[in-house]
Amino acid sequence: MKKNLLIKIILILLLTIACGIISYGYPVYGKKWDLSLGLDLSGGSHLVFEADVGGFHGDNDKKEKAIQSLRNVIEKRVNLFGISESNVQTSKFEDKNRIIVELPGINNPKEATALIGQTAQLVFSELVDKQVPNSATPSSELKETDLTGADLKSASTVFDQNTGKPSVSIEFTEEGSKKFEEITARNIGKPVAIILDSDIISAPNVNEKIVGGKAQISGSFTIDEANKLEIQLNAGALPVPVKLVEEKTVGATLGVDSVNKSVKAGIVGLIMVMLFMILIYGKYGIVADVALIIFGVITFAFYKLIPVTLTLPGIAGFLLSVGMAVDSNILIFERLKEEVKTKPFSQALEISFGRAWDSIRDANVATLVTAFILANPLDWSFLHVSGAVRGFALTLALGIGISLFTGIVVSRNLLRLFVKNN
Amino acid sequence: MYITWMKYKFIYFAISAVFLSAGIFGLFKWGLNLGIDFTGGVIAGYQLPNGEIKQEKYGAKSDEEIANIRDDIKKQNAKELRFETVGPSIGSELIKKTFYALAMSAMLILFWIAIQFKSVKFGVSAILAMIHDSLILLGSFSLLGHFANVEIDFLFVTAVLTILSFSVHDTIVVYDRIREKQRKYDPELGSDITKIANSALTETMVRSINNSFTIIFMLLALVLLGGDTIRWFAVALLIGTVSGTYSSPFVAVPILVTWEELQKKYVSLRTK
Repeated sequence: MKKNLLIKIILILLLTIACGIISYGYPVYGKKWDLSLGLDLSGGSHLVFEADVGGFHGDNDKKEKAIQSLRNVIEKRVNLFGISESNVQTSKFEDKNRIIVELPGINNPKEATALIGQTAQLVFSELVDKQVPNSATPSSELKETDLTGADLKSASTVFDQNTGKPSVSIEFTEEGSKKFEEITARNIGKPVAIILDSDIISAPNVNEKIVGGKAQISGSFTIDEANKLEIQLNAGALPVPVKLVEEKTVGATLGVDSVNKSVKAGIVGLIMVMLFMILIYGKYGIVADVALIIFGVITFAFYKLIPVTLTLPGIAGFLLSVGMAVDSNILIFERLKEEVKTKPFSQALEISFGRAWDSIRDANVATLVTAFILANPLDWSFLHVSGAVRGFALTLALGIGISLFTGIVVSRNLLRLFVKNN
Repeated sequence: MYITWMKYKFIYFAISAVFLSAGIFGLFKWGLNLGIDFTGGVIAGYQLPNGEIKQEKYGAKSDEEIANIRDDIKKQNAKELRFETVGPSIGSELIKKTFYALAMSAMLILFWIAIQFKSVKFGVSAILAMIHDSLILLGSFSLLGHFANVEIDFLFVTAVLTILSFSVHDTIVVYDRIREKQRKYDPELGSDITKIANSALTETMVRSINNSFTIIFMLLALVLLGGDTIRWFAVALLIGTVSGTYSSPFVAVPILVTWEELQKKYVSLRTK
């Protein structure tokens, strides 16, 4: 029994040290674990665009595809804008389709908003001779034709009949076919550039005049690339206008200020709780405080390992879970006070933990249920998908899980040790 | 020690009734002071070159007007600290999603309690205490909104949902003691629900108060030191914690006891 206890104490100690190393930020196997901060703490922009999908008249397959490509186009633009660690996701509620864009640490949110909010545009361009005065060598420049994404009927991935390689076949509308015929007729032997969002996707050489409004873009695509291009071309063919419906931009200074204040509040609150526990429960209070410190160290390590993106509500969730972590100990100590009146201490201790467990379990499951619904891990569209609410729920749920461990396993074994030494 | 808590149950109902009616009066008279997360609008916070921090709030604006607001800030050479625009459609969605989340949590918790305590009565009275706490919270913010101009924002929604789970968390601890005493027959208490409830409340009261104190300490630190962004969020959690602690012994249990007593009366009337 005593040997068993010693092993458990050592295991708890090892776990605490391991978590302490990660929490402190020492590199483990060359990897340094960092705490990821949400936009409200690190500064940045949270943008929500709403897609105008009225033009699809309920054609869901097409709509889904277009929303997906809309997201891709936006992501591409964000990447072109040079923002690292950005996050673009879709969200759907009732019949509203949204694109949520998170841009950490940007200085010019207005420009970013304008760039992302523009409608995707597909353009066909041809090479025309450029008159350069006082120059002997002839030069040429790209000139936009009147053939655009609006003239595209559809695009799809096909396999080239000769080479077997994946390529993208495009089909024009009737009017587009005429335009395409004219363009190809005057560009035989020259390339025609296909440009999307000022990006040349492909510039195939025209071999002959093409009639019938069909063309094939054969690059050195993989199937995935061809599919991606297909999706992007379809977005050009059916440009989905977007409208900015929500923007939350937090400057980096305000974020740092929030972090500092929350940390200060957390430390003050924690000291008050610890003093209170010692004041009320004496030496048991010290055990609870040790368990609480272990709780803090493990929780912090988990934030880094998972990783949890810490937001302001997330910090509040953590502070609340500290209160709940202490609750397990209070429940047990109060029970202990009663049981010890009629039984020897060691027996009273075991009974208290056994009895208190029922209520701790039932109560924490109820809290976990709410945390689960707030976190919405299955992405149910009728519930919140916001990062802030999620952050809160995740830290609360983690706090409950870890507090069960520290409240039951850690403080129980620490108390056992206490008893043996007396 | 044995205190006859349940003797005064109508006093507890009266205290709750006073606070509930104040809150409900506020809700009907002034409603909630909704922030831009619900109504749509623009908030611009910026720091002028001389260090002065300004915050301005506007109603729903067109894209062009929003761009103008931004340009004005730039013209003053001010640094943008915070800029929020919310379209008018977001608010109704927020309310709907919150309602779904509320309904779902309440159903699941009711289900969980009914299974664990093998009684619908336990579940329903816990849910009633939960509704009591959310009404107190909404009512308080209606009054705070009217008298202190405090706005309801997105974080408030999170606070309401958290308080629901805290309320139930606290109630379950008291219920657990009642369940234990019902299982283990005590000749002093018999099977009288009033006596069992009195005994259970006596034993859990210190724990309930001590536990609330620890949470109140943490939240108080947040209110006083946590900064403007989460001050009212922490206040909401604080009000909810106090109400949630009160409602377990003084709302949920009295409802349960009254229900059991009424049922007993009804049964004995029928058998006569």
